[in-house]
Amino acid sequence: MQILTSSVGRKILMAITGQLMVLFVVVHLLGNSSIYIGADGINAYAKHLHDLGPLVWVFRLAMLSLLSVHVLFGIQLTLENSAASPQAYAVKNYRKATFASDNMIWTGLLILVFLVYHLMQFTARVTPDIVQGVDTAGRYDVFTMVLTSFQKGGIAFIYVAAMVVLFLHLSHGIQSFFQTVGWNNDKTLPVITKLAKVVAVVFLVGYSSIPVFILTGILSK
Amino acid sequence: MSDHKTMTLTLIVWRQKNANDSGKFETYTAKDITEHHSFLEMLDVVNEDLINAGKEPIVFDHDCREGICGMCSQVVNGMPHGGQERTTLCQLHMRKFKDGDTIYIEPWRARAFPIVKDLVVDRSALDTIIQAGGYTSCHTGGVPDANTIMIPKPIAEEATDAAECIGCGACVAGCPNSAAMLFTGAKVSQLALLPQGRPEAAQRVTNMLQAMKDCGFGNCTNHYECQAACPKGIDVKFIARMNREYLKALFA
Amino acid sequence: MILDGKCPTGPIEKTWDKHRFDLKLVNPANKRKYNIIVVGTGLAGGAAATSLGELGYNVQAFCYQDSPRRAHSIAAQRGINAAKNYPSDGDSILRLMYDTIKGGDFRAREADVWRLAQVSNNIIDQCVAQGVPFGRDYAGYLDNRSFGGAQVSRTFYSRGETGQQLLLGAYSALSRQIKLGSVKMYNRREMLDLVVVDGVARGITCRNLITGEIESYAADAVCLCTGGYVNVFYLSTNAKGCSVTATWKAAKKGAFFANPCYTQIHPTCIPQAGEYQSKLTLMSESLRNDGRIWVPKKKEDVNKRPEQIPEEDRDYYLERKYPSFGNLAPRDISSRSAKEQCDEGRGVGPGGRGVYLDYAESIQRLSEKIICERYGHLFEMYERITDDNAYKTPMRIYPAPHYSMGGLWVDYNLMSNIPGLFVLGEANFSVHGANRLGASALMQGLSDGYFVIPYTIGGYLATVKPSGTKTDHAEFKKSAEEVNATNKKLLSINGKRTVTEFHRDLGKIMWNNVGMARSKESLTEAIQQIPKLREEFWKNVKVTGTGAELNQQLENAGRVADFLEFGELMARDSLHREESCGGHFRVEHQLPDGEAKRNDADFSYVGAWEFKGLDKEPELHKEPLKFETIHLAVRSYK
Repeated sequence: MQILTSSVGRKILMAITGQLMVLFVVVHLLGNSSIYIGADGINAYAKHLHDLGPLVWVFRLAMLSLLSVHVLFGIQLTLENSAASPQAYAVKNYRKATFASDNMIWTGLLILVFLVYHLMQFTARVTPDIVQGVDTAGRYDVFTMVLTSFQKGGIAFIYVAAMVVLFLHLSHGIQSFFQTVGWNNDKTLPVITKLAKVVAVVFLVGYSSIPVFILTGILSK
Repeated sequence: MSDHKTMTLTLIVWRQKNANDSGKFETYTAKDITEHHSFLEMLDVVNEDLINAGKEPIVFDHDCREGICGMCSQVVNGMPHGGQERTTLCQLHMRKFKDGDTIYIEPWRARAFPIVKDLVVDRSALDTIIQAGGYTSCHTGGVPDANTIMIPKPIAEEATDAAECIGCGACVAGCPNSAAMLFTGAKVSQLALLPQGRPEAAQRVTNMLQAMKDCGFGNCTNHYECQAACPKGIDVKFIARMNREYLKALFA
Repeated sequence: MILDGKCPTGPIEKTWDKHRFDLKLVNPANKRKYNIIVVGTGLAGGAAATSLGELGYNVQAFCYQDSPRRAHSIAAQRGINAAKNYPSDGDSILRLMYDTIKGGDFRAREADVWRLAQVSNNIIDQCVAQGVPFGRDYAGYLDNRSFGGAQVSRTFYSRGETGQQLLLGAYSALSRQIKLGSVKMYNRREMLDLVVVDGVARGITCRNLITGEIESYAADAVCLCTGGYVNVFYLSTNAKGCSVTATWKAAKKGAFFANPCYTQIHPTCIPQAGEYQSKLTLMSESLRNDGRIWVPKKKEDVNKRPEQIPEEDRDYYLERKYPSFGNLAPRDISSRSAKEQCDEGRGVGPGGRGVYLDYAESIQRLSEKIICERYGHLFEMYERITDDNAYKTPMRIYPAPHYSMGGLWVDYNLMSNIPGLFVLGEANFSVHGANRLGASALMQGLSDGYFVIPYTIGGYLATVKPSGTKTDHAEFKKSAEEVNATNKKLLSINGKRTVTEFHRDLGKIMWNNVGMARSKESLTEAIQQIPKLREEFWKNVKVTGTGAELNQQLENAGRVADFLEFGELMARDSLHREESCGGHFRVEHQLPDGEAKRNDADFSYVGAWEFKGLDKEPELHKEPLKFETIHLAVRSYK
C-alpha cells in the first residue's frame, strides 16, 4: 500500500480526511445554530440525532477513524519534516509561510485536546459544570446544559480560544487540501486561498457567537 | 550609471571546516564595495583580503555567474539567493544593500544537503531524484522526425515554465520542511505535459517521489516558500500537477 | 610533419555515410569489456557518455561541478541550428555547410562540416524525443528563427535558454544511464593529467575536489569534452571554472594544439563596470535583430546622456559600413568595429568601453509590448546588472571573449594524434574554422557526442584489444606523483600576490596584445611578458590552506598556471599566422576598408602545435585544407 508510505500519498489521505472533517464542522455548525431557536430548537435536534440509534455509533466510529488517520499521519509527517531539517537557520525570513501554515501541528494538537475536553463535557457529560435534566417535552435539556456551562467565563473563553485555533488550522488547511489533491493551479490558488479564509472566518464567528452571546446574556432562557 | 560611493558592510558568515566540524559564525568586514559589485564579487573582495592576511578564504559554490548553472547556494539574511525576485545570488547586486548593513550568510541547510565546507553543500540528492525517472527512455537515434510530435503552443510554454528549473536547491533551502517538492514537481510536470513523457508518467512520478523520500527530504505542507525562493520563479502549480499525476498513478 | 585528417574522399554528400560503413564495428558482447573515460559533462560530454553507455561500453564520466547538469553549455541563450528546412526558405544540408565554412572564413575541413550539417537534423529529433521544450508555433509545430546573420530561418530555440534545455535533455538521458549502471559518474573531480602508456591514451589523473585526494582512472579510450579556453583573458563570458587545464595537460603529453589563435569575441556583452569585475555577461546576439548600434559622432558627446544626442550626431556605424547586413554583421566584424569606435575615443560608459544598442526605433515601430515579448528577459537581466532600463535608455554593450574555435587537433574520427585520445565539442578545433556562427556551438557539441563519437570510437576500439591497463601501472603512479608535486609546490610558495591578481594580469596582457586586433609588436610583447609573469607566479603566488581538503584557491592556482603556459602558445600561433581570418585579426593584414585580409596561398592550413618543453619553442605541424565543394572566396558581408 504505497499510499500509506509515500510522501504525497499520506498527504492526500490527510487532505481528504481533513476535508471530510471540515464537512462535519459545517454540519455541526448548522446543528449548533439551532440553539438560536431556543430550547425547542436544539433539544429537538439533539433528540433527532439520538434517535438514530446505532447509526450514531457508526458515524462516531467513522469520525474517529478519519481523525486518527489525520492525526497519526500529521504527527508522522511532522516528525519526518523536522528530521529533514535538523539545523535551523540563524536568521530566517519567511515570505509566503504564515503563522497558521507554520504551526499546523500545534494548532492541530490543541484542537485534539479541545476535542477531548469538548466530548467529555457535552457528550460524556463528565465535567463538573454539567447540569443535566429534561425539558418540558421530556427531551434531554441540551439548551440548559450549554447555557449553564457557557455562562461561566472560563469555559466560554476556552471555547472561543479553541475556535481561534480552529480558524488558524483551517485557514491554511482548506486551501491546502486543493493543492495536495492537485485541484489547483496558478489561477485558482489565490481564489481558493481567499475563499478558504472566508470559510474559516465563518466557522470562527459562527461557533464563537454561541459562548459569546451566552456569556454576554444576549442569549438566555 | 554609477557614482563612486562605496559601502562598508558587516558579514556574519557560517564557517565549517568539513562535514564533521560543528561550524560557527565568523564576522568579517567588506570594504570598498560599490553598487555595481555582484554579491559574489563582494565575497571575492573579502576573500582577497583574507588571503592577503594569510587567512583561509570563504569557500562557496559558484560557476557561471550569470544565473543559469545553479551552482551558487547561499542563504542571505534568511532568504535563499538573497531574496530578490527571480534572481540567483550571482546576479544579486550590492545596490540592494545599504552602507553599514549587517548581512548573515549561511549555507543551504537540510539533512539531504550535508555541508561540505563553509557555504558549500552536497546536492547529489537532487541528481538521485532525476535518476529515478526524470527522463524519457529514448535511445540515441531511432527517434521520429521532430515535427511528427505536435505540441500545442500553450502546452509547450507551460512545459518550458517547468523546465526552467536550474536545480540549485533553493526550494529545499527555503522550505521549512526541507522538501524537494518544487524541484521534483517541475520535472514531473515538464514531462507529464509533453506527449513524449506520457508513456512513463505513472512510473516516473511514483519513482521520483520515492527517491525524494529516500534521500531524506521532508514533505510538503504547502507553505509555498519554495516558489518565493526559486530564482526562476517556478510556480507551485507544478506541485499540484505532480500530486494529480500521483493520484492518477495510484489508479493506473 | 604534414598531418592527415583522414577525411573520406569522394562526393561530399556521401562522405559520412561511406565512412560509417567503412568503420569497423565492435561486437555487442565485447563492448562491455572496453572502458571509456569521458571528461566533462557539457553537451558534448553528456551526450557522449550517454550514447556510449547506451551502446554497452563501460563509461566513467567526470565533471568538476557538483552535478553533471551545470556545465557552461547551459548558458547558451538563443538557439541551435539544423538544416531541417521546415520553413521551406531555401535551406539545405549543403547550405548549412556552406554558411559554416564561409562563416569560419575557410579555415575548417569540408568533410567535418558536411557531417555536422548532416547530423544537425538528427539532433533536433533526438532532443524533442527527450522532452526538450522547443519553441512552437500555434499549429503545434517547431518554430524557427533567423539568427546570427543567417539568411534562412534554421535556428530552433527554447526561449532565451536553449543551451539550458538541451543540456538538461542530455543530463536527463545521462541520468538514466547512471541509474542503469552503464555510466559511473564522478562529480567534483578535476582532470589534472592525461596518462599515456606506450604512446596510447590510457587514463587520467584527477583531483577529488572535496577530499583533495589524487585519483587515477584507467580506460581503453579517453574523451576530452572540456570546453574552451577563453578564460585566458580573465574576463570572459565563460563560467569561472572553465579552463584550458585538461586540454593543455593533454598537449603537454603530446597531443597537438590546433589554431589556438582563433578566439571569438562576442559583440553583445554588458561592459565591464570596474576592476573587481569577475566575469562578463553575454546578452543574446538576437538583441541585434531589433536594436540599432551607434556611438556619438563627436568625441565630446560621449559623456552626455544618450537622449541628449540628436539623431544627426549619432553614427550607426554598422549600418553605414555594411548596408546589407547592418546591425547583424557577423560577430567578429561587429566586435572589431565596436573596438575601433572606442579606440577612436567615441566609446561610452565607464572607461569609454561601450557602444549603444538602441531600441527606441523598434519600440516606436513595433510597440514596447512586442519588444518585451521578444527580449523581456534580456532587458530584465540587463537592468539587474546595470540598473538601467533599456526600454527608456539605450543599452551599453561591448565585446567580450566568448568562444574558442581552436583546440586539440583531431582527425575526422575526432581522435587526436595520441591514439585513444578523442576530443569533442569546443575542446577540439574542428568545424568552426576561424570563426563560429551563432547557434552552431550547441549543434557541434551534440553532434560530436550523440552522432559522431559512438561510431568513430567503435572504429578505433575494434582495432585494439581491451587493454586491461590498471591504475597500478608505473605511468599512473608517475602522473599522480607529478600532480602531487605541482600542488605541493603551489601551496609552499606562500608569496605576496593572490591567484586572481595573476590571472587578472595575464588577462590584461592577453586582451591588450592577443585580443581583437593583433600586431607583430603586440604579439611579440605578449611573448615576452607572459614568461615573466609566469616566473613571478611560481615565485610569488599565495595559496592558502592545504591540499587535503576543498581548496578553491589551489584549484584556481592550477588553472592559472596552465593559462600562463598556454597564453604564450596562443600568442605564438597568432604571430605565426600572417593573415587575418575570422576571429584572428592582424592589423598588418587588412583591406583598405579595414576588412580582414586572408592569405589563402600561404595559410590555408590548420596549424597544430607540438609542445616541446617550456623553454623550447613549440613545433608547428600543418594540415593543409582543401576546398573542393565550396570555393574559396573573400568573405564579404557588405
